[in-house]
Amino acid sequence: MIEFRSVTKRFADGTVAVDNFNLVLPSRKTTVLVGTSGSGKTTLLRMINRMVDPTSGTVEIDGADIGTLEPVKLRRGIGYVMQNSGLLPHRKVIDNVATVPMLRGLTRKKAREDALLLLDTVGLDRSLADRYPSQLSGGQQQRVGVARGLAVNPNILLMDEPFGAVDPIVRAELQQELLRLQRELDKTVVFVTHDIDEAFLLGDQVAILRTGGKIAQVGTPAEILANPADEFVATFVGAERGKRSLHLENHGHGDVLVDGDGRLAGVLVGAPTTQDKAGPASGPGASAPGVEPR
Amino acid sequence: MNFFLDALNWLVDPANHVGDGAIGIRVVQHLGFTAVTLVFASVIAIPIGFLIGHTGRGRGLAVAVSGALRAIPTLGLLTIVALWVGIGLDAPYVALTVLAIPPILAGAYTGFQAIDRTTVDAARAVGMSERQIVRLVEMPLGLPLLIGGLRSATLQIVATATLAAYVADFGLGRFLFTGLKTRDYGEMLGGSILVILLALALEGAFALVRILVVPRGVTAGRPTDIRVRSKGLTR
Ligand SMILES: Nc1ncnc2c1ncn2[C@@H]1O[C@H](COP(=O)(O)OP(=O)(O)O)[C@@H](O)[C@H]1O
Ligand SMILES: [Mg+2]
Repeated sequence: MIEFRSVTKRFADGTVAVDNFNLVLPSRKTTVLVGTSGSGKTTLLRMINRMVDPTSGTVEIDGADIGTLEPVKLRRGIGYVMQNSGLLPHRKVIDNVATVPMLRGLTRKKAREDALLLLDTVGLDRSLADRYPSQLSGGQQQRVGVARGLAVNPNILLMDEPFGAVDPIVRAELQQELLRLQRELDKTVVFVTHDIDEAFLLGDQVAILRTGGKIAQVGTPAEILANPADEFVATFVGAERGKRSLHLENHGHGDVLVDGDGRLAGVLVGAPTTQDKAGPASGPGASAPGVEPR
Repeated sequence: MNFFLDALNWLVDPANHVGDGAIGIRVVQHLGFTAVTLVFASVIAIPIGFLIGHTGRGRGLAVAVSGALRAIPTLGLLTIVALWVGIGLDAPYVALTVLAIPPILAGAYTGFQAIDRTTVDAARAVGMSERQIVRLVEMPLGLPLLIGGLRSATLQIVATATLAAYVADFGLGRFLFTGLKTRDYGEMLGGSILVILLALALEGAFALVRILVVPRGVTAGRPTDIRVRSKGLTR
């Protein structure tokens, strides 16, 4: 479990990126921080691995104040995936993945063996192992970035807009892969994005941020969609634009779902469960039932 | 044209290839002096350059000091130091080390600073210590520019090391000074040709070193390289 307690970050130039932020991120769930550019998402994420230290307040992991932990050691136990992969350009794919395990004392041979398995895990062909990052596509680079993040088998995986720079088709593919991975690996994932659809798809818990790292609303995608806390949230999730406010219409051939702009959105199948789940397109982002935090 | 013939005659004259002042010996002296000076300057300039490049601090000071060092006329410095420590090789070593420091320093810190910040940031975020960042990320990626700095320092030393003969019986400069004194222009020009050949040889050596030590991933990142290789790499 990760907990932010009254966390404020004021940078040297006076910018208050995060102001009195409080949030609990449950173990083995995906928490998505979503907000427009400059709302403090990256700053919040980087406070979890001490790439940024709070000006005041504390960040705790499983009850321990990370301010007392040695940053380098802390970071080696937390996976970190960033937007532009951040791979070392002078190292082959396989060595990029093996880097941190080797820093932690694993032999080169063992680290490379593990790295090959990780390439399988993230759906990369092993033939790419000996390429340099510059010889990969953007999507492939991001997969390597994820493999590197997983290399030390961390409990926590931090992801800062990891799919923000790839084209929509590849992005959708990577999102599905992440959902699959999360079902298999069960990490505590903290995912940053500015894309609300991505947030609802991936998040068990979603925190919508305003400028200054202020939480506009936090909850499951269903809770947020069903009850936007205010106008800001409603606009942000697109309920107001009509994109997500669907209603039934009958055109004589049976019921169809139509959105607020009158565009056809789909059909209703099975019995409607209005209480249970209101996520987008049957919301695969909702938490997998039966998964108990260990 | 006559001078050239004289120079060629001088270069092949067996009399110039024997004894203490043989051409071969002078060439070796000159090379040795260049190498030692390069090491002195590197030992001073590279650590400082790495520190500046890694921390991003002190760059203004380094630029100012380098500028001042560059402004010092080498012959003047050589004379002053020689008056102080006496005739011999000490003074040339000092004067030429001073000459070689600025390009090496600049090569060292610009090499680090040219690295994409996000690469260094990512290395830190996955858990590299500052030392490891320097050793495993910044040094290999900064190497091309450092080698550039060493190269220009070397060429300056080779050319200017002729001045060592001003205060010591040493190196290829000896041929220039004796030739001038005795009006033996063949010897002077011959000596100059040797210096030029030495410089060209070192230039070639540096080009080779660069190819050998620049990380493959760095060159693989160049668009031309991708284009050439992509045929074999993609399905
Ligand atoms: N190192 C820094 N120094 C000064 N201001 C910063 C720094 N990092 C971020 N900021 C500022 O803090 C605010 C939040 O930034 P960030 O956390 O990167 O937002 P996001 O990731 O949501 O786009 C922005 O106004 C940004 O300009
Ligand atoms: Mg950001």
